[in-house]
Amino acid sequence: MALDHETLQKVARLAQLGLSNDDADRLNSDLNNILSMIDSLQTIDTDGIQPMAHPLGFNQPLRDDVVTHQDNREQLLANAPATEDGHILVPKVID
Amino acid sequence: MSMHTLSISQMAKGLREGEFTSEALTRHYLARIEELDDEYNSYITVTPEIAIEQAKAADELIATGNAGVLTGIPIAHKDIFCTKGVRTSAGSKMLDNFISPYDATAVSKLAQSGMVMLGKTNMDEFAMGSTNESSFYGATTNPFNTDMIPGGSSGGSAAAVAALLAPVATATDTGGSIRQPASHCGLTGIKPTYGAVSRFGMIAFASSLDQGGVVARTAEDAALVLDAMMGHDPLDSTSNPTASPATTASLGDSLQGKTIGVPTQFLSDNLDADVKRVFDETRATLESLGAQFKETDLAAAEQAVATYYVIAPAEASANLSRYDGVKFGYRCKDPQDLQDLYLRSRSEGFGDEVKRRILVGTYALSAGYYDAYYRKAQQVRALLTQQILAAFEGVDMIMGPTAPTPAYELGDKVNDPVATYLEDMFTIPANLSGIPAISFAAGFTESGLPIGMQLMAPHYGEAALLNAAHQFQLATNFHVQAVEKVLEVQA
Repeated sequence: MALDHETLQKVARLAQLGLSNDDADRLNSDLNNILSMIDSLQTIDTDGIQPMAHPLGFNQPLRDDVVTHQDNREQLLANAPATEDGHILVPKVID
Repeated sequence: MSMHTLSISQMAKGLREGEFTSEALTRHYLARIEELDDEYNSYITVTPEIAIEQAKAADELIATGNAGVLTGIPIAHKDIFCTKGVRTSAGSKMLDNFISPYDATAVSKLAQSGMVMLGKTNMDEFAMGSTNESSFYGATTNPFNTDMIPGGSSGGSAAAVAALLAPVATATDTGGSIRQPASHCGLTGIKPTYGAVSRFGMIAFASSLDQGGVVARTAEDAALVLDAMMGHDPLDSTSNPTASPATTASLGDSLQGKTIGVPTQFLSDNLDADVKRVFDETRATLESLGAQFKETDLAAAEQAVATYYVIAPAEASANLSRYDGVKFGYRCKDPQDLQDLYLRSRSEGFGDEVKRRILVGTYALSAGYYDAYYRKAQQVRALLTQQILAAFEGVDMIMGPTAPTPAYELGDKVNDPVATYLEDMFTIPANLSGIPAISFAAGFTESGLPIGMQLMAPHYGEAALLNAAHQFQLATNFHVQAVEKVLEVQA
């Protein structure tokens, strides 16, 4: 399944990545080489095989729903690119 | 003998007997890093203040007589493990300004056992690469020949240990990122069973494949550190409830009567001649120690790379969606609106290899392609795992080369991602099936580059792997030659 420019730009939008035309040219042939390598999977008969999500076949464990308190607000906010009065700032979303 | 060539048990003995202090040992390593690391670029961040503080605390504990074998021993952490109050970059511009608010469980367990953190090691960006060339902080070089790649993605950890700038280092392995650099740098590197080492605080690349482990100069050193890292962690929902047995307890076991399988698929005609020679020599050594060899079939291994390069990018595209420029990490300048903030922060913050993998993963998960790619790859993964586990019937371990070639020159494959991906063909099967695997130095090329061999065991079989490598190291001296060769280059 080869990737054309239009599909690549659509996938880039889904991934929230902006690609210039130069980027797209450069990446397109790399991506098509990768896709032709992984296309070999299509030749394998997998009828009736359960897809594998966990390497040891474990299910997600459950734990008790217990209230915890972590006093790390300042440390977490210190990593935010822009803050004010204990809030993280982003560009205006609603006019 | 200089302090930087001592094994962990030799260092522990020196500390216990008052021959030197942890502070002196730590300052010795910090001075070597300062003097030599420009050549290797193996550290992204050096943490002298923390190191000296931890060393002094270790010395106090040693004075009370209550120290463990790891108390006061320096270690470097791959910069993918979160370290409280210290930049944790994952080799990416995206996290260049990220100061972790907490320690990864692996880091805190090692600190609790008294280890001293020297700093954070270089790596391929978000662990995506096998050459260390995708790091935002520049490539790391191979201490045996600085024109060569150290391997990756744990190339900084491997180069630091090989160059004697750390006695031992943590590392992570998603498709071979512990074993391949260990092979290229003349070290012992172990990727334990999936879930044996907690992934809490280990920056995620592909969550169903990622596993933390160790690179060290010997199997004994690796075993001592791995035992302190492993264990169930309620903070990681994929952490194994069943603990792997302590590995150091098995280090004296005989290999007499052990059976080692060799997949015919791992020894094709176009395998590098030096790698083939070292394989044959390793086999002969292990036979002389009592192991028996037999051929096994691992036909599914031929599909391992293709399977991996669907699953790993798919999981990466989901994991890396958290980097949006809002709560932490890189944010673009003057965003016009929220959409522009997401798009430009991600486009400017990620390097090319990370973008390639996010795009492949997003495509493989997108509507209309999910069944053909992602679901199909998960089915092939199930088949491959069944075949690997079946191959262990009547066989204790499986052996093959770690990498198809020795280290190659920096820049050689930078424009050919698929060629680099195919280098992972021997290491990926262990990640897909979650089994433990080890690489140990087993020989050299004529020009003196190290070559590693890989052993794999069934789930929870770390102890057997470390013991096999240990028995090999008792009978050979490649791990000693590796140190001598690096010291010659440094002289």
